[in-house]
Amino acid sequence: MSESKLSALQPGESATIKAISADEVLHHRLLALGFRIGKEVCLIRRGRFKGPLQVRIGTTEIIMRRVDADKIRVVTPSAP
Amino acid sequence: MRCVALLGMPNTGKSTFFNRFTGASARVGNWPGITIDLMAAKIPLGGHVVKVVDLPGIYDFHGFSEDEKVVRRFLENNSIDLLVIVLNGNQLERQLSLALQARQVGLRAVLLLNMSDEAKRAGITVDTEKMAAGLGMPVVWVSAKYGEGFSAATQVISSALYSGCPTDPASLRANLAADDEIEDALQHIMKSAVQIPKYMPEGVTTRIDRILLHPVLGLPLFFLIMFLLFQSIFTLSKPLQDAMAWLLQQARTFALEPLVSGLPLWMQGLLLDGIYNGVGTVAAFVPVIVLFFLVMTVVEDSGYLSRAAYLMDAMMARLGLDGRSFVMLLMGFGCNVPALMGTRIMRSRALRLLTMLVIPFSLCSARLQVFLFIITAIFTAQAAPAVLFSLYLLSFAVALLTAMLFKSQFLSSEPFIIELPPYRLPTVRQMILRGWQEVRHFLKRASKFITAGVVAVWFLTHLPSDVPPGSVDTLAGSIGALLSPVLSPIGIDSQLAIVLIFGFVAKEIVIGSLAAIYGLEGGALMGLMAQKLDWVQAYSFMLFTLIYTPCLSAVATLRSEAKSYLFMLASVGWSLLLAWLVSFGFYQGARLLGY
Repeated sequence: MSESKLSALQPGESATIKAISADEVLHHRLLALGFRIGKEVCLIRRGRFKGPLQVRIGTTEIIMRRVDADKIRVVTPSAP
Repeated sequence: MRCVALLGMPNTGKSTFFNRFTGASARVGNWPGITIDLMAAKIPLGGHVVKVVDLPGIYDFHGFSEDEKVVRRFLENNSIDLLVIVLNGNQLERQLSLALQARQVGLRAVLLLNMSDEAKRAGITVDTEKMAAGLGMPVVWVSAKYGEGFSAATQVISSALYSGCPTDPASLRANLAADDEIEDALQHIMKSAVQIPKYMPEGVTTRIDRILLHPVLGLPLFFLIMFLLFQSIFTLSKPLQDAMAWLLQQARTFALEPLVSGLPLWMQGLLLDGIYNGVGTVAAFVPVIVLFFLVMTVVEDSGYLSRAAYLMDAMMARLGLDGRSFVMLLMGFGCNVPALMGTRIMRSRALRLLTMLVIPFSLCSARLQVFLFIITAIFTAQAAPAVLFSLYLLSFAVALLTAMLFKSQFLSSEPFIIELPPYRLPTVRQMILRGWQEVRHFLKRASKFITAGVVAVWFLTHLPSDVPPGSVDTLAGSIGALLSPVLSPIGIDSQLAIVLIFGFVAKEIVIGSLAAIYGLEGGALMGLMAQKLDWVQAYSFMLFTLIYTPCLSAVATLRSEAKSYLFMLASVGWSLLLAWLVSFGFYQGARLLGY
């Protein structure tokens, strides 16, 4: 088990959400999109030039900026 | 009258369902938050007339976005008999919460699971009876796009509609409070009723995304796709346009001229050279506009716009904007007005204002008409697509420059999180509907704006009646002379100056006014323009037309959306200044280089 930020995942890597430390507005939006503690997320790809991240949660695919993904802490099953 | 309200998350096909259910034509788009005004329709259902309202797409009842507030305000102030909840049957694990929230606050509802076609392909099955028992509301599968399951849905809606009493807005207001139990109930029902394969089969969308969102190829592909789209619109529309012009000329020679031959000469002139030539020259562009919107419909509904937001966000972030701003900028290429209204999906006022400041530079379809006409008249067929594309690039460039200059005035830290819908093809029906809407929109404008504008131009250029039409002694000539100190340094003569004044009202009038000033239309008018203007003047005129101002409706929308006259004036002032500077730089520069 190793803990990191969602933004630190490699493309294709999955992890489980451990904590979300966002302000109320962002937190609410994340909740509505299905981000909850214990759910599995998968980083699909990262945009070039520090662009946004493409993330899959359940059957939903979303794009989010790295600054926002920084606020989500995840655990990966085994140390890389 | 009984009232049914339609509710669902963005991108669930709610508007498509509304269109099919009511036979009306709400606009359909594959972009969260596109339904902004509340659309309503009255339809017969179960022997009575029932009102159906299409609420904006929301994620939940407690959201902070404009759309979520609209829905809450609507429910807290209107009594409804039945809520029809439309959810995407492929994303039930997160969408089902909306149905539970609705039940908890005391709304009587029917649940429609949409996109049965996509669910079937993904191997998702739902035991609707178990789900209905868990939720305490009827559950029906439908495909809004293909009409599957519609008769069952209609039956369920109509029987539920007449079996209960309407909501009490006051008690609903009290019930709309925080609800923690939802999570538990959601988990329970999902576990018992929905089965999703552990690993989703790699769909078409994933495979297309691998190419279109490729780290290196993504952006070049995006620009290539855009270029090819514009190129094909241009190539395809040319023969259509010629055919249309020929038809209009035939109608004039064989039907209209004999018909008005008994009228006084000046009236013949006004009717034929003024109104008919003016409106006719503009009408010849209808096929291009329809084609443009058909292509835009495919792009919009395909889901590619969200991908464009992904690709462009890194760059937009440096300009103080985000990916959504870029998509609105793209939408502005159809028409600035809906694009300005579309910025409502942004919560931060600073981000919204900055986006609204750059949208008017989008080369809209009305400006496209002007450019197509002038490019066809002045440039060779080989150069034409490149000239047009350069105007599109410049349109982006001035928008980005504006954002860069003003970003420090509009700082925002709004999170940028949007859904990527799977790729979808619009149906032929959606495309035809859209094309027809554009034609209708054009005809409506033609009957008011363009005709009035063309008549005004004709009088300005033909009064007083004792001087040659269009000469410097007419009313138009004097206005042109007044403006010439400002406009002659950028190569715009007095006749074109008049045209620019009318272009402020609507760009559709520009070519019509030229036709009215010279009493010529179509090919003859193009011939004259080619004699009067060299390419440097023509390009300078196009640059000025591109930047100086959108149209009166866009300016009015800018004011009402920003709720500030000052912002509107600043925006128009900046556009005029920038237009003059760019045209001046280009015109004088080109002349200095000896062109």
